[in-house]
Amino acid sequence: MNDKVTLMKGNEALAVAAIRYGADGYFGYPITPQSEVLEKLEEEMPWETTGMVVLQAESEVAAINMVYAGASCGKTVLTSTSSPGFSLMQEGMSYMAASEVPALVINVMRGGPGLGTIHPSQADYFQAVKGGGHGDYRLITLAPASVQEMVDFVALGWDLAFKYRAVSMILADGVIGQMMEKVVLPEQRPRHTEEWIRENCPWAVNGRKGMRPKNIITSLELDDDKMEENNHRFQATYREIEKNEQRCELINTDDCDYLIVAFGSMARISQKAMELAAEEGIKVGIARPITLWPFPVDAIRKAAEGVKGILSVELSAGQLIEDIKLATECKYPVDIFHRLGGNVPAPDEILNALKEKLIKKLG
Amino acid sequence: MELNDIIRPENRVYKRPSLLNEAHMHYCPGCSHGVVHKLVAEVIEEMGLQEVAIGVSPVGCAVFAYNYIDIDWLEAAHGRAPAMATATKRLMPDKLVFTYQGDGDLSAIGTAETIHAANRGENITIIFINNAIYGMTGGQMAPTTLLGQKTATCPYGRRADLNGYPLAISNLLAQLDGTCYVTRQTVYSPAAVRKTKAALKKAFQNSMDGKGCSVVEVVSTCNTGWKLTPVKANEWLQENMFAKYPLGDLKNE
Repeated sequence: MNDKVTLMKGNEALAVAAIRYGADGYFGYPITPQSEVLEKLEEEMPWETTGMVVLQAESEVAAINMVYAGASCGKTVLTSTSSPGFSLMQEGMSYMAASEVPALVINVMRGGPGLGTIHPSQADYFQAVKGGGHGDYRLITLAPASVQEMVDFVALGWDLAFKYRAVSMILADGVIGQMMEKVVLPEQRPRHTEEWIRENCPWAVNGRKGMRPKNIITSLELDDDKMEENNHRFQATYREIEKNEQRCELINTDDCDYLIVAFGSMARISQKAMELAAEEGIKVGIARPITLWPFPVDAIRKAAEGVKGILSVELSAGQLIEDIKLATECKYPVDIFHRLGGNVPAPDEILNALKEKLIKKLG
Repeated sequence: MELNDIIRPENRVYKRPSLLNEAHMHYCPGCSHGVVHKLVAEVIEEMGLQEVAIGVSPVGCAVFAYNYIDIDWLEAAHGRAPAMATATKRLMPDKLVFTYQGDGDLSAIGTAETIHAANRGENITIIFINNAIYGMTGGQMAPTTLLGQKTATCPYGRRADLNGYPLAISNLLAQLDGTCYVTRQTVYSPAAVRKTKAALKKAFQNSMDGKGCSVVEVVSTCNTGWKLTPVKANEWLQENMFAKYPLGDLKNE
């Protein structure tokens, strides 16, 4: 099976990847455009094979709190949703961050605000990378640009979550969730045993076997000094993640005059724009952040060196561009091309924007 | 008989449950929480479930339940305890999983999680402390506040036209196919305490036997919120609460 290439939809790939990783539980609520995750899991019936629990919750609020509980038990658990549902989950995300539990949350973004549209968007960027819920916290945010990365980032997300006792999220746009591509699935891994959890997650709430000292998972600490200490510990973890886990793909950036920064489906479409530009003799490189938080500051800085200008290509009204400006310390002209409300640009639209916003102005 | 003879183990008729630690409880004198905590600890110990018990504490006065009873605990966001208990029990079916919730947590902000966990027949126990008021936030109206009862947010007494009616949510839960046992008890007298203890034992056994969702409502006092002495609060409870919240089993299958 390992070498077998299959054709699969992004959302279905997430579901199968979760089973293959050895997930203990999925808790979710249907919402377009990611309902295929739950549908695929129900169809696969992993409770009959690996013993994985799959549960359709009564709401995204319940789902995220089920994930919070599972993570607190040291279990490998996930949920998936789309933008309005992700808003409902913010309370739970904040609690999980405060409780330092490892979990995987997937947001297949659709256009907002409000009910918005069911078509692709990247407008939850700030919500994902700047916190989203209350309090100071961060989420390890992975941005897949292919169906294969939907699969790969399930494993990466959980690996990082358990490494840092943090919440990982896969921030995919609706394009990546809905499109079909060839994909190679990993081998089935066994689920963690109770012994593994007791050894590797000594904090986990799983009963006082052998009358070990009791474990409590709580986000509450009314002693201000202790809560400040907790916050310093969270921040130290985040600095460690920023130091170790920045990921970025650089394409043709060694000798480019213009740099496009884009993630997810926008990076894919920008690649075609890059090719069209090359046909006209315009040298364009692409920096594709794979981790949106931690933002790949070092790679973007390196890619930006010597360029005439940078174009942020995003399905949001000026969110990614802020982190580009911060990363490059405003040393280079940065402009934005975006489509909003569920619309996705064609490659020539990106090339035209590059010409209008950067090349004409900067020469 | 000398004192040392009296306190010999074979003469002992009562002791603190070993799972109830000596931490100083933050509950007001006269509050029912302390009694119910003791019963929970006692029943878990007597059933030999201390190594598999997992409690989910609420937001409300019992938020710190985890500080007093020495088992593993999760602390839920306001109202979400049944969702957390659902996942915990499904992921670890061999554990005893129970929630401990107040009336605001369970029957206001957490109504959806409560009803759906019960309706799915989750093999958990829901312990529901109904004292008809929000204790921790300073005595505001709860869904279970009686008509005419004064609270910080209905200072002239609860009015049906302004605030709606008291919610007897256990009656609603008893109608759901997923519940196997729904009972309403109280702890104002020694006899009542014994009945509540038996109810908890039955509920926990149901959870371990996978019979479905068990709900033990405990009609309780909040003398501070009610602005009464502990003794007066016990009287008020009997005179006012039982008419709307009559004691006994609502469902026992």
